Amino acid sequence: MGHILQQFSQQAVNGLSLGSIYALIALGYTMVYGIVKLINFAHGDVMMVGAYLGWIATTQLHWSFLPALFFAMVVSAILGMLIERIAYKPLRNASRIAALITAIGVSLFLEYGGMLLVTAQVQTYPPVFPETVYNVAGIMFKYGDVVMLVTSVVLMFLLHFTVQYTKVGKSMRAVSFDKDAALLMGVNVNNTISATFAIGSALAGAAGVLMGVYFNTIDPLMGIIPGLKAFVAAVLGGIGIIPGAMVGGLVLGLTEAFVSGLGASTWRDAVAFLILILVLIIKPTGLFGKNVREKV
Amino acid sequence: MLVLEDVHVYYGAIHALKGISFQVNQGEIVTLIGSNGAGKSTSLKTISGLLRPKQGKMTFNGEDLGSIPPQNVVAKGISQVPEGRRVFANMTVMENLDMGAFLRKDKSGIKKDVERVFELFPRLKERKSQVAGTLSGGEQQMLAMGRALMSKPQLMLLDEPSMGLAPILVKQIFDIIKEINAQGTTILLVEQNAHMALSVANRAYVLETGKIVLGGEAKELAASEEVRKAYLGG
Repeated sequence: MGHILQQFSQQAVNGLSLGSIYALIALGYTMVYGIVKLINFAHGDVMMVGAYLGWIATTQLHWSFLPALFFAMVVSAILGMLIERIAYKPLRNASRIAALITAIGVSLFLEYGGMLLVTAQVQTYPPVFPETVYNVAGIMFKYGDVVMLVTSVVLMFLLHFTVQYTKVGKSMRAVSFDKDAALLMGVNVNNTISATFAIGSALAGAAGVLMGVYFNTIDPLMGIIPGLKAFVAAVLGGIGIIPGAMVGGLVLGLTEAFVSGLGASTWRDAVAFLILILVLIIKPTGLFGKNVREKV
Repeated sequence: MLVLEDVHVYYGAIHALKGISFQVNQGEIVTLIGSNGAGKSTSLKTISGLLRPKQGKMTFNGEDLGSIPPQNVVAKGISQVPEGRRVFANMTVMENLDMGAFLRKDKSGIKKDVERVFELFPRLKERKSQVAGTLSGGEQQMLAMGRALMSKPQLMLLDEPSMGLAPILVKQIFDIIKEINAQGTTILLVEQNAHMALSVANRAYVLETGKIVLGGEAKELAASEEVRKAYLGG
């Protein structure tokens, strides 16, 4: 019995650290959807770029973790804003499907443009953290896992504060609720959308660095699967709803860890998607979603 | 104060305003009346910048209004209470009022104006930490008006404030409109309830399918045969 409990707690720890990365990526999906109603399929690839930026910072520039993380976040934020201005803004009044296809195009551009730039070869992340392992009542905490979890939690807390209490956050909430009403208040909608892309992409960039540290290897196509999973997490929590993305990410991470812990690791993605399907059957708007009647 | 000259507005191929001209003077309550689809809301949206005139001239205090982006119109001193209230339903009453003061930086002035809004609408004070989506229709109308006042407008545009409200609330809202005007804010009011609108307004214009067909003192219009027949039910 004690052994099972210990196993359970160990998988919970693993799940939380992986889940917090999914949550960071899912936040960008959900924020962008909330404000421009676009599924930004290039979001996972921004995470990939973030991973490479972190890799460059640590291997070429020999920076330590925090400056590398900061560097990756800032450059990713700029990349996100550029993508919005160049690819999505001209299509803001076009049909949604046009914007969606453009997003897929941007995704492919980043993936294969990235290959051209850094080759398709897998790169190895340097050991950024000491190999220390803490043993708390039989549960192993790797130093890196703890830093990851703490980083994610701090970033999510910062995001929550920004969205709830700052001027940018208020304008983001206003624009995502009613663009015209926000305009009447004097909110600059274009700048608010840029800020949303910047913040979402910065979180993706941070997730990329954490991903590199977690899995050790990075390549230009590494953004596809985590991007999809984070999208699942965002939908699971209720797309457009920020706490939903956080919870959705954690649920997904925990599910994967438990399924792997039961020795069925090849099934973990299947189980994750099964959960998504079940949630959507029972509650189509996601865990945190509200039923919103379309206004005419 | 506000002058429109031969303003044309299109929705795609639809010619919604076919060259309207009117003016609003400092301190007045002016109303635009007319039936559904006459172009009343379109006129207000054009003034607040949400729609662009294709032709014609709009000035506010002598400044050209037709070319400035909508988010800058409120900074000029024009604020709109949109049709259907459009409060931020996911924010609290207080946060909605804060949004109204979005461009202001004078903290003490904002505080004073919150007090002023609460004086005009005591109901909002009782519900200040409640989420706006849970308010009744009348309370949401009050909130939309309070929010518009928070930008300290010289001119307030009101779009169908009586829509969907019980008669007793309509009376209350119109009393407050008069009060706001008495405190120094000029008002341009769009209404389907012509009877109420003419009773508070100084001057009125009648819109029909995108054109102004009549204009004058509100009292005179209310007494005129044409208006009585078409808009006042006899």
